Parts: sequence; C-alpha cells; structure tokens
Amino acid sequence: MLRGLLQLTWLEIKIFLREPLGAIGALVFPILGYIVLGRVMGRRIAVPQSEATELVRIGVPILSSILIALTSLISLVTIVSIYREGGILKRLRATPLRPWTILTAHVIVKLLFTALTVLLMIAAGKRYYPADLRMPVVSFTLALLVCTFSILSIGFVIASLVPTARFAQPITAAIFYPMIALCGMFVPIEMLPPGLQAVSRVLPLTYAVSLLRGILLGDPWRAHLSDLAALGLVFAVCTAISARVFRWE
Amino acid sequence: MSAPLVRVAGFRKTYGRVVAVDEISFDVREGEIFGLIGPNGAGKTTTLECIEGFRRPDRGSITVLGLDPVRDVYKLQHRIGVQLQQAQLQKRIKVWEAVHLWASLYRKPASQGDALLQQLGLAEKRNAWFMTLSGGQKQRLFIVLALVNDPELVFLDELTTGLDPQARRAIWELVRGIRARGKTVLLTTHLMEEAEKLCDRVAIIEHGRIIDIDSPEQLVARHCPERTVVITTAEPMAEERFRAIPGIELVTRHDDRFTLRGSGSGFVTEVIRCLSEARITVVDFRTVHPTLEDVFLKLTGHSIRD
Repeated sequence: MLRGLLQLTWLEIKIFLREPLGAIGALVFPILGYIVLGRVMGRRIAVPQSEATELVRIGVPILSSILIALTSLISLVTIVSIYREGGILKRLRATPLRPWTILTAHVIVKLLFTALTVLLMIAAGKRYYPADLRMPVVSFTLALLVCTFSILSIGFVIASLVPTARFAQPITAAIFYPMIALCGMFVPIEMLPPGLQAVSRVLPLTYAVSLLRGILLGDPWRAHLSDLAALGLVFAVCTAISARVFRWE
Repeated sequence: MSAPLVRVAGFRKTYGRVVAVDEISFDVREGEIFGLIGPNGAGKTTTLECIEGFRRPDRGSITVLGLDPVRDVYKLQHRIGVQLQQAQLQKRIKVWEAVHLWASLYRKPASQGDALLQQLGLAEKRNAWFMTLSGGQKQRLFIVLALVNDPELVFLDELTTGLDPQARRAIWELVRGIRARGKTVLLTTHLMEEAEKLCDRVAIIEHGRIIDIDSPEQLVARHCPERTVVITTAEPMAEERFRAIPGIELVTRHDDRFTLRGSGSGFVTEVIRCLSEARITVVDFRTVHPTLEDVFLKLTGHSIRD
C-alpha cells in the first residue's frame, strides 16, 4: 500500500498549500517570528555580550523550533478533526487504503513542512546573524523531526478527545502552551520548585528541548539517549492509546 | 435463480442499550435495485454499514458476494462500490484528483475515471475544488467514486437527501443507468417517491424491524387495495348512480367533483361501466393510486415525515 500512501501524501501536500493560511502559516510566520525575536533580543540585551549571543544563538532557535513543532501539532489535530467531522476519514476508510495509511500521510506532510520551515529558519539565521554561527544543520533538523514525530503522536490522542473541529485549536493550545513555561526553556529545571520539577520531568517537551539544545550546542547524539528514549516512549504510549481510542467518525 | 448477492439473516445490532436493528432478514438478488426504506433512525444506515463491513453485527449472519463483510473486508472492497450518507471530501481536492486517486487505489486506469466523469456530466468540473460543487454535483462525484472500480454491487445511502427535485430526478436516472450496466444496487431512502420510482423491491423498516418486503406495486396491492376515482360532472343524477356501483365504499362530493372510493381490482371498470350505461357526461376523470406513502401510513399508523 506504499503507492497509496505516497499518492495520498502528495495530494494532501497540494491541498494543504491551497489553504488560505496553509503555506503562510506553516512557513512564513514562524520565520518572521524568529527574525523579529532575534533582532529584538539581539539588540536589547547588550550586556553581557556573551549571554546575549547565548540567548540569540540557543534560546531563540529552540523556542522557534518548538513553536514550529507545535504549529504542526495544532494543524494536525485540526485537520484530523475536520476530516472526521466532515466524514472524510470515513470515506477514505471505505477504500482499499489501510486506516494507518490515511493518518500516516498527514504525519509525513507535517514532518516535511517542519523540516522545510526549520531549514528556512536556519537560512534566515545565517543571513541575519552571521557572527560565528556554526550550526549542525542536518543533526538539528533531524533532532527537530524526532521531537515533532513524538509530539504528533500525542496529537492523535488529543484528536480523539476533541469533540468538534472548532475545539481542536484551543484545546491543543491549552494543553501545550503551558508546557513551554515548564520545559526548561526559560527557567532551568533545577531552579523550579520541587513540585513543578516533577511535573516538568513528565512533560514530553522537556525532553524535546533538552535534545534540541544539546544537538545545537554540538553534543553527540549518544549523549542524549535518555531524551531519545523518553520521546520514543511517548510515541509508543500515544500510538498504543490512539489505536484503542481513536474515533473515525 | 442464482444465489442472492447479499444475504442477511437474523441480523441484530445494538448500541449500548439501544437496539438499532432487531432480527432482520432479507436477500438482494442480482441485477435489481433493492431499497431499505423507512424514517430516519429506523436502522437503515446501520444495516447498510454492517453489510459494507464497517460495523460488526451483534448477532445473525451477513453474506455479501459469498464473503463475510467483516472478515473479508479488503477482498470485498474491490468488488463493491460505496456511497456514504453525508460524506465529504477534502474541501480543496480537485475533482480529477479524487477520481484518479480512487482509480489508482483500486488499480484501475485513470482513463476509466475520466470516462465516468464524462458520462455523469462532470467533465467541465474536472478542475473544480470539491467545496465549489453544488449538492447534486457532489453526489454525482460520489457516484463516480462508487463506480470507479467497476463493482458488482453498489451501495447508496440516502443518495438524494438535501437535493432539489430537479437534481434528484437526474440522480434517479443515473441510478437506473447503474442497473442498466448489469450492476446490483442496494440503497436506503426515507423518500417514498424515490423508492417507488427507483426500486424493484423494497424492505420497509421501522424501529429496527422489517415490516414487509416486496415490489412497490405488490406492497400497494397487498396493503392498500382500495381504489379512488375522481370524476367531475354536472349530471344531476350522477351521485345516485355512483352510490349503486358494485364495490363502492364511499362517495364524497365537492360541487361538481365526486370522489369515489371502492375496493377490488374491478372497481375502476365498474365505475367506467356505470358512466357508460347511465350516459353520464364527464368533464374530468382520473384515478388516484395509493402509493408507498399510503402503505407506510397503513402499516405503521403514522406518516414517514412525522
């Protein structure tokens, strides 16, 4: 059924690009945000110089990357809810397409756009922050794809909970945006109160941020096996849950 | 006679404590248009979706083209065509993209899909987005998708719901065309007129049970044998004569218009004989046939629209 998967994926890419905010929302906004954020922070935080560059070099790319992953997630949950509500999932399921193929096509589309966005972001970074930017482009993109893949699997669990398409975006945002505060991006986890530290340790975003930061700083992959294991576990658990609770109609 | 294409025996389906379909049995024969008719919520779609293999029956057996629809769902998919109630496609998928995707999923040449688009009058909509199609065009596209794999058996669920009368008639013509290609059609509808115009045989379903199965004509003859004749005449003696017609049950008069009701297959002949013998000049003469609508009313005690 690989042929069906490829065809459906290609079709979904075309359909996504026809959405009024499809390409702009996925590609242009995150990069604009990155550039603006980088410029503002780069200018305001003048002293000490080293910390400022640290923020611009590490903080901004990771925040932007996480936002890219979450944009993909929200988009996925929204599309799946719309498809379910409109009976599109049901109609596709009544073809020789295997159920997993229909959902996998959407995951591939999201991963492709995630990769494209992060590559554009890196290109923009090179243009705007030329100062000794040594970025492990391939590794960082791969790391973000691993994180996104894991986060998207949560999307199918959320999509099973969302009552109608109208709630897809607010519910997903309400679940994920608070996580950003606790995932160690702004405040180091060790500085959080013990209760919140515990919360932080079960959030998938914490491991995503840890992996992204490490790879960006040039760590080898093997230094982050525990992050990868955590993200893999999230994927396995969420896929198992969705296999049971996912609603097609 | 060859074996039925669909055989449903003692089929029952419940959702929680609600019994959706209760012990129903029927056969669909090769080459016919068979209709499941009844009000919304009667269990038509549940039955159809179990036959299509989307749902699992709680009890009873269903055989489709000699296969078990749940166990052999993927084998069956290549031999059946499906149109689902209130289904949509992606808003911005183009007509040709949908048709080519479907053709390729069933390993049929894309040209077959294009030919169907032509036949169903969608050729000029080839490049249109799904969301821009009218209700009738959408349903025609779903018929194309249901036919693209050249199925032996086609399922149509509430095909014309929400369409205007003109579009509805056009779709009926297309469904007759499906039968003319030698395919068998199993459809559901809550429109009695649709069942009457389209179906060779119908099963009347209410509250998850089949009340009766037969051709629309036979059902009418069986359950509503009375005939009604409406005559307009200025003849002063007419009413008296009419009351003497053999088999007459009721004569009602509204100015010059008489409505005569009687039973028996010879009733209309008796009316004509009376007119001729009494040399009554008539301005208008028409017979009113009971319809499936009347059969339904008689069998269930309420109108299907209630």
